[in-house]
Amino acid sequence: MHTIKFSLEHIYFYYGKYMALSDISMTILDRQITALIGPSGCGKSTFLRCLNRMNDTIPGARLEGRVLLDNQDIYAPGVDVVNLRRRVGMVFQRPNPFPQSVFDNVAFGPRVLGLTRNKDELYWLVEQSLRGAALWDEVKDNLKQDALSLSLGQQQRLCIARAIAVSPEVILMDEPCSALDPIATLEIEELMRQLKEQYCIVIVTHNMQQAARVSDWTGFFWLGKLVEFDETQSVFTRPSQKLTEDYITGRAG
Amino acid sequence: MEQMRRPRLGEFVIESLVKVAGLSSIGFVVLIFFFLLREGVPVFFEVELTNLFSTRWYPTFGLFGTLPLILGSALVTLSAIAIALPLGVVTAVFVREVAPHWAREILKPMIEVLAGIPSVVLGFFGMTLLAPVVRRMLGMPTGLTALTGALILAYMSLPTIISVAEDALDAVPKSYRDAGLALGATQWQTIWRVVVPAARSGIVTAVMLGMGRAIGETMAVMMVTGNAARMPLTLDSLFRPVRTMTATIAAEMGEVAEGSVHYHALFGIGIILFVITFILNLTAAATIFKKRRRGGLR
Repeated sequence: MHTIKFSLEHIYFYYGKYMALSDISMTILDRQITALIGPSGCGKSTFLRCLNRMNDTIPGARLEGRVLLDNQDIYAPGVDVVNLRRRVGMVFQRPNPFPQSVFDNVAFGPRVLGLTRNKDELYWLVEQSLRGAALWDEVKDNLKQDALSLSLGQQQRLCIARAIAVSPEVILMDEPCSALDPIATLEIEELMRQLKEQYCIVIVTHNMQQAARVSDWTGFFWLGKLVEFDETQSVFTRPSQKLTEDYITGRAG
Repeated sequence: MEQMRRPRLGEFVIESLVKVAGLSSIGFVVLIFFFLLREGVPVFFEVELTNLFSTRWYPTFGLFGTLPLILGSALVTLSAIAIALPLGVVTAVFVREVAPHWAREILKPMIEVLAGIPSVVLGFFGMTLLAPVVRRMLGMPTGLTALTGALILAYMSLPTIISVAEDALDAVPKSYRDAGLALGATQWQTIWRVVVPAARSGIVTAVMLGMGRAIGETMAVMMVTGNAARMPLTLDSLFRPVRTMTATIAAEMGEVAEGSVHYHALFGIGIILFVITFILNLTAAATIFKKRRRGGLR
């Protein structure tokens, strides 16, 4: 049985007066891939960003309800947001490597957090992270090259390597393949299957086939509400809600 | 057919007007350049180069050594940049990254207003307020020193540096900041290790432009630097009077006979100044171009 990583209780989320999420409750299991699907603007990305408090940077954003990570409320007063974000890594929609070398990109997190004691350790950690993101073989000969000179698919795997270099427990992925071609997309999906052996993964995707292919659990969002949440197989073969069925068969959305 | 022609004629007239207006600005620049060359180049034949690049500027005795002036300009400008660069970049970071929204809305126009203060006003300010302070602090016989000039110039180039550097920081995509924060870096770590390096070329441009403004400045510098054409080679030169190229031209142009060697020498200084600022602007433009071409910035 998988342990519960995230437990969300009656989440309401507001941008100023606009309510982006209403009454969301769900549990996210460790070492599983949980996919969030739904049309644009349904709140799935907002929901994802509640999990590492990236919404904090938006003026006027406010959350009600409780988000528990390992039974600790991450919105409780006194919570160290910086440490939370180290535990809950994030991969963004567009690959966003820093305009620095491949090595420096992966080494960024360990350097600012002081995770390694010397150069050898740092090098080892960078190598492990790049291997973990299935990028090592492609870049090992030239770690000094500019990260922006990599292909988009490679850049996205570099971002994943950068995220896992700080040993997070959870990896949030916000439509990680929407800027990528089909081959690169399949490579990322294969990588996600490997990563779930070690990490809890939450992925937002527009692509229902992708959710069906890689995820263990699927949540369907509609207008800020979680309409359905179940094992991926059930959601796609016998959805309990009419709206879910309409959406995944292309009649709604 | 007839109806087609009329708008085309109008179009032709407008187009020609726009062309003339645009080309004339190029024409004026070229004319100024040729005038400068015509008046300035003769000095390179009238005075031998060893004299021209010697260490004494004493036109009455036929000594036209421009070195003290060039070095004076360099000393004042570089010191000004050494003061303005850290201050300007930190202010830009504050305005763009740290200040709350309402403060930014007030600060930005105020910085632009700073850029609009006439230099003679700043010179006056430097002479009456800053110079006495410098004199007392250093215990020098005069407060009109290279340092005073550098402080005033730093103050003058700050608005340029701040607003260009701020634009550069603003152009750094939010995705870089998000990536830094999402990795567990603090806001400061994200700013210093991600945002500022990503804006590096823009910041270099800002400094180049600020330097261009500083080296060409005349009025304020003339009023506060003391205007002694001495070689600023000793360590305490910063705390002694100095004379810049611009101040020399402005101060002496009124009293030379047109067509004399001295007259040509002043234009010769103008040419040297022009070449220096041209190189500075070219370097700035090249870094902007490099950044654009590298383009990746979303």
